[in-house]
Amino acid sequence: MQNELLKYLRKETLPTAFCAGCGCGTILNVFCHVIDEMNIDPNDIITVTGIGCSSWIPSPYFSADTLHTTHGRAIAFATGVKVMKPDKHIIVIAGDGDLSGIGGNHLIHAARRNIGLTVFLVNNYIYGMTGGQVSPTTPSSVKTATTPYGNIETPFRISELVSAAGAAYVARWTTYHIFHLRKAMKEAINTKGFSFVEICSQCPTSYGKRVGQRDGIDQLKDFRNKSVNIRNATDEQKFDPGNAILVGKLAERSRPEFVDSLIKINEQFEIN
Amino acid sequence: MERQKYLNSLKNQTRFIQGDEAAAYGALYAGCNFFAGYPITPASEVAELISRELPKCGGYYIQMEDEIASIGAVIGSVWAGGKSMTATSGPGFSLMQENIGYACMTETPCVIVNVQRSGPSTGQATKGAQGDVMQARWGTHGDHEMIALSPWSVQESFDLIIEAFNLSEKYRHPVIFLLDGEVGHNREKLLFPDPDSVEIVNRNLSDEKVDVFVGERIPPMIEFGSGHKIHVTGSTHKNNGMRDVETMNTHDVLIRRLDDKISGNRQDIVKYEEYFTDDMDYLAVSFGASARPTLGAVHKLREQGIKIGFIRLITIWPFAQDVFKRLNPNLKKVFVPEMNLGQISREVERFVHCDVIPVSKIGGVAHSISEIYEQIENHIKL
Repeated sequence: MQNELLKYLRKETLPTAFCAGCGCGTILNVFCHVIDEMNIDPNDIITVTGIGCSSWIPSPYFSADTLHTTHGRAIAFATGVKVMKPDKHIIVIAGDGDLSGIGGNHLIHAARRNIGLTVFLVNNYIYGMTGGQVSPTTPSSVKTATTPYGNIETPFRISELVSAAGAAYVARWTTYHIFHLRKAMKEAINTKGFSFVEICSQCPTSYGKRVGQRDGIDQLKDFRNKSVNIRNATDEQKFDPGNAILVGKLAERSRPEFVDSLIKINEQFEIN
Repeated sequence: MERQKYLNSLKNQTRFIQGDEAAAYGALYAGCNFFAGYPITPASEVAELISRELPKCGGYYIQMEDEIASIGAVIGSVWAGGKSMTATSGPGFSLMQENIGYACMTETPCVIVNVQRSGPSTGQATKGAQGDVMQARWGTHGDHEMIALSPWSVQESFDLIIEAFNLSEKYRHPVIFLLDGEVGHNREKLLFPDPDSVEIVNRNLSDEKVDVFVGERIPPMIEFGSGHKIHVTGSTHKNNGMRDVETMNTHDVLIRRLDDKISGNRQDIVKYEEYFTDDMDYLAVSFGASARPTLGAVHKLREQGIKIGFIRLITIWPFAQDVFKRLNPNLKKVFVPEMNLGQISREVERFVHCDVIPVSKIGGVAHSISEIYEQIENHIKL
């Protein structure tokens, strides 16, 4: 018997090109469950992606209208889509390098505008597709293809950044926490304004092997061990989580949604 | 409905306005319903007018965080049903280049206004120039064609941007509207036409579940949300829109088709004006702001009995090469006044058999008639 969630995939593109042990397959799986359980017609979804492995989750695998954009620009493209199609679910899936590195400016400004996009940022701590170069989220001192002497920089705390910029909904989970992740994805999709879920994900090929975790399962165990629910985090951890991954909901707030406000301007001029 | 009423309120009015503003009004006539931009001199007036007037026509203006985001939002909006544009100047135009290539590759119709200013880099931010001719053609990477139009007056800024939208829609290609700071900031009379007299071309939309990019020269578009789960990518793709970056033939067929749909339609796209070319010994070629003093100089030279003709390029890209190929082989010299160090002049050189003399002027001030007159006269005397 075929898995009934296969109907959400472009079957001709399978099997996926994801490496053995990659977290992207898990995220695709959870995403299909979310859409199925929320009873969302894929024809009401427009996915917008950037460049990088995680962008392949909808481009090409998840079957919906798909705009596979230039590197870093998915949120900018999605902004135009949302303005013209405010009734659709506009879902951006891309990586940490794409959305917080080259595209970081678009990320914080979309959060500030509170435009009704749903962004799933897959954080694998590395530029995976290009072979394992340091990314804005790579932990300090990790040796990568371009930090042979160890990373001298401090990683971004992306969820905190997006929350500070004003997003309506922000959560962080890992590929170890699939049920929490499923719930967070649903909450994000149901959010009226800018919603954001950071999904920490394993990349055994380009990251795990550099930190002694050659198997995907090693990284999942590491996620389990390092995760601290933000509700239980100490003030010190909230200030500087160190090695801990603070998971849970970081923000949920009600602010005017950007396209709603835009439409209100036009309503002043409508002919009665 | 709002738009029709709005345009009818402008009908037959005469106003004294800037070229930038005329381009913005022309876009409203063309049916533009989405604008994303970022402020920059000398293009900000386009955004300012659009931000005020577009909501009255039921369209949406948004200011983005930079020019990369602006062109990105424009392209996204088009796939969601927008008829869209942005406006910028040199530095912003540089930032947009990658996504302009994306628009070529995905066959996304859109209009990019570039009110050219002096460069490179920040240059003379408030001074006009024509230094982006080659950037308009080759600014984005890889093999591609381009459509670029350049008006020489406020009225033409209005009329020609409608043509820019029409070509963009017809060929599913980005169109660069190459204003220059001189025409953009110049104030002249603009007559608003009857909207019913203006020809508007809209993209060929498909409702059928067909391949997004079928093998024909200009495939119809399918909009997002129409139930076909289309796949749009800047990567090399097959006729059904799905990525195929490995097969040599896929890339070859796609890129040659994209090239051919523009270069193979030069006759339809290219517009220019000819003056006194029947009996000419000499020729002047110009475009945009510098075409104005050029025509003045040509008149003055004619008064002196010098048989000089004038070709004003309206379409910059694709280049009007066929016009130059059929020129009289006994033509003695071609003069090209332009506000750069010889970008069009080198292009003209490729297609004529006599000397081509650049009459360049940079520094932010347009040529005067006498400057052009004297340079041409000196060369003819030699």
